[in-house]
Amino acid sequence: MNVDWKLSQEIQLLRLVTVWSVDDGKSTLIGRLLVDTKGAFEDQLLSVTTKRDAASEAEIDLAMLTDGLSAEREQGITIDVAYRYFATPKRKFIMADCPGHEQYTRNMVTGASTANAAIILIDARNGVMAQTKRHTHILSLLQIPHLIVAINKMDLVDFDEQKFNDIRDELTAFCAKQGVKDLITVPMSALKGDMVTKRGERMSWYSGPTLLEVLESLEVLGRVDEKPFRFPVQLVNRPQTKELPDYRGFMGSIASGTVKVGDKVTALASGQSSTVKEIVTFDGSPDEAFSPQSVTLVLADEIDISRGDMLVRSDELPNSEREISANICWIGDEPLVARKKYVIKQTSNAIRAMVAAIEFKTDIHTLAHVEGDELAMNEIGRIRLKLQQPLFYDTYENNRLTGSFIVIDTFSNNTVGAGMIV
Amino acid sequence: MSAHKLTQLKMLEAESIHIMREVVGEFRNPVMLYSVGKDSSVMLHLARKAFYPAALPFPLLHVDTGYKFPEMYEFRDAYVKEIGAELIVRKNDDAIAKGMNPKEFGVARCCGALKTQGLLDALEEGGYDAAFGGARRDEERSRAKERVFSIRDEFGQWDPKNQRPELWNIYNGRIHEGESVRVFPLSNWTEMDIWMYIREENIPIVPLYYAKKRPMIERGAMLIPYYKHLEDQLHAGEEPTDVMCRFRTLGCMPCTGAVRSDATNIDEIVAEAAAAKRSERETRIIDHGANTMEDKKKEGYF
Repeated sequence: MNVDWKLSQEIQLLRLVTVWSVDDGKSTLIGRLLVDTKGAFEDQLLSVTTKRDAASEAEIDLAMLTDGLSAEREQGITIDVAYRYFATPKRKFIMADCPGHEQYTRNMVTGASTANAAIILIDARNGVMAQTKRHTHILSLLQIPHLIVAINKMDLVDFDEQKFNDIRDELTAFCAKQGVKDLITVPMSALKGDMVTKRGERMSWYSGPTLLEVLESLEVLGRVDEKPFRFPVQLVNRPQTKELPDYRGFMGSIASGTVKVGDKVTALASGQSSTVKEIVTFDGSPDEAFSPQSVTLVLADEIDISRGDMLVRSDELPNSEREISANICWIGDEPLVARKKYVIKQTSNAIRAMVAAIEFKTDIHTLAHVEGDELAMNEIGRIRLKLQQPLFYDTYENNRLTGSFIVIDTFSNNTVGAGMIV
Repeated sequence: MSAHKLTQLKMLEAESIHIMREVVGEFRNPVMLYSVGKDSSVMLHLARKAFYPAALPFPLLHVDTGYKFPEMYEFRDAYVKEIGAELIVRKNDDAIAKGMNPKEFGVARCCGALKTQGLLDALEEGGYDAAFGGARRDEERSRAKERVFSIRDEFGQWDPKNQRPELWNIYNGRIHEGESVRVFPLSNWTEMDIWMYIREENIPIVPLYYAKKRPMIERGAMLIPYYKHLEDQLHAGEEPTDVMCRFRTLGCMPCTGAVRSDATNIDEIVAEAAAAKRSERETRIIDHGANTMEDKKKEGYF
């Protein structure tokens, strides 16, 4: 038996987003991570070597492995988010591999929305560029808990410590202004392998962890279990069988916090309260459940709850408003315009909404706030929404799941915006 | 491990259950594709967890090509009966009547008729607006680009360049009349996760996954199963020999290869999967032609 994998039932999951720019060494780094951690199989590598010497790893065109669509391989660009999986004996990683080009901002926002940590790659020769700042801004807007900046191609600047320090200091100053909470910088040569999964011998001046060591040690979920209990109800379970004629269970995923049998809870929107009688799962009825478990709750009293409602602890009520302000990344083909009506979906709750105002747009190059009367695709700004009924929410800063929503165009049915409530 | 931490398998489980419940909340008439393989077994197990103590709120649909292993039919009927699920079996009778087979018509045409067309017809006949499938993103590079909710037009086809963005754990299930959605609750599971979860949850699987001496045909690097009633699918000069082997994935008999293996129980399979240097799709002939998985997916294949 392989001992590592026996233990692996205990390993945790880290969701990563990686944002790249053209020619910064993306393929080399992903390839190295996948190959060094067994995230890619031999036949997958062989299928992309195309007529070259299959035995030589350096000859493998890793972009052919990472770009999954024929259009991407034809055009030599990454268009859409690709999800990749790799694991070490300590952790499993889900990596949303995103294109960094401005016209694909929406794909980057998509990949980043679920991430616990982000990796940005910088070419050490170029230092901090405008697009690095754009990426950092978007990632901080999405409140990615950890931002890892890999300063790559150190081999092309003679592994110069001063060069690394200069870039790190400039980034640190910029990130402080952006409100980035945890910035980690790693000098690296993905091509030569230094500081990716192995330390190498050329940067002895650097005493910090390698990229993989960083990934293996980051805190995964933060303190989501210490936050107020939020339970968006997805479905009401009523088996109506001979054995369970009157059973009514509320099914959902715990967005944050914990819940115990006996807890006093309030249903929103009705405002009616009851206590938790039983926490039901296929594997038995525990006394306590916590985020992000999916469970079914049975309450002591018959109160009005349906899909889209939220159960919370009665002494920890969320905000309730009919007008909200939110940061918006616009991802629709047609621009967002003031006064237009949309549907927003927050957790499992869909509500009609009207754009009351565009408070500002963010100039993506200078990050300055500018006035505007519409938001085009890939633009970012802040809007005020009027809602048909009160929304129960936390700010995005406090809760990524009850503070986020998508905007749906009722004509096309498409998802056209990503909203983060402020 | 502290009290409030989930292992990665339990996190994947919670995510899959969340997805399944959203589908039932958003769609009028969902169905779960059930191919009898290990991924289907895990998906079905997760569905039972998601809706417990109620029965599954949707039927299972097996698109049968008629070329599945006898052990698969036997397992399917017994297991579905045991858990009390509703099973619908559909075949592309037209193509079967015309004698569709991979040897004469080619693998791509055979798959296109028996699997893709069979599936599209069955979905249309049932009027299903959502169909769960057990595909995983780690299987193949075009699947790595797939959404959890994958919108299909009225011809059941996939437009990979124009996919709906998917943010946080919020799924947009709004579709136009005639459109449908394929839902992949196992998107973030890897082959390794599937095997570890089968072990942890003790999920029954078709015995073909376990190693045994079986009569096989060696065709190039592939090990093809030998069944007497499929002798006409053999190539000239091929003779069966007994080989200790097992199947990493299960498809149709003429087109699914086995791997040499001594793994006779789930612990040994997990160990073997952990040490594997080649992907499980390697044993599937369908993946190796000029007609790629992306092409087949665009046409409506899972």
